[in-house]
Amino acid sequence: MTDSPVTQRIRQTIDNSDVVLFMKGTPVFPQCGFSATLVQVLSLMGVKFKGVDVLEDPEVRDGIKTFSDWPTVPQLYVKGEFVGGCDIVREMYENGELAEFMTTNGIDQQPQQG
Amino acid sequence: MAMDAAEIVRLIQESIPDAEVSIEDMRGDGDHYSATVLSESFKGVSRVQQHQLVYKALKGRMGEQLHALALKTGTPS
Repeated sequence: MTDSPVTQRIRQTIDNSDVVLFMKGTPVFPQCGFSATLVQVLSLMGVKFKGVDVLEDPEVRDGIKTFSDWPTVPQLYVKGEFVGGCDIVREMYENGELAEFMTTNGIDQQPQQG
Repeated sequence: MAMDAAEIVRLIQESIPDAEVSIEDMRGDGDHYSATVLSESFKGVSRVQQHQLVYKALKGRMGEQLHALALKTGTPS
């Protein structure tokens, strides 16, 4: 069985960048509060990421739900692995797990001094 | 679109019979809920998979009829 074109496209995207956030809107102009939350988390951690605006791409908007077996956007991928949606990533950020996870995966962080 | 809190609890417990579900309608609009789901069956299951089990119980309503469900899962203490 071959992957559908959209599955191949998603796989390529998460293989090409270490940290990918599938989101509604762009990192500069998020169109949804949940997406905005995760942009903020990644920005506070100083993690470079690629934002993929699913509103611009209906095929990916549907495809990512099947691909991750996850019904909602945003979705965070690190090194090709699905980390979670808004609730999980925020919880991981708050308890320090996310920073540890990024370190384990060799992702650069430059936390903003608060 | 909105969904009744009791219906959410019913669907979750239909799939996860021992689930302790506490639910809160955060804006009183039947569309933005926060739920905590505790079950013994979550033991040894990753957090992503725990959430997936709850989403499966909701049978495709999550992200459709149900716009926002802030979810916390775990095992009973």
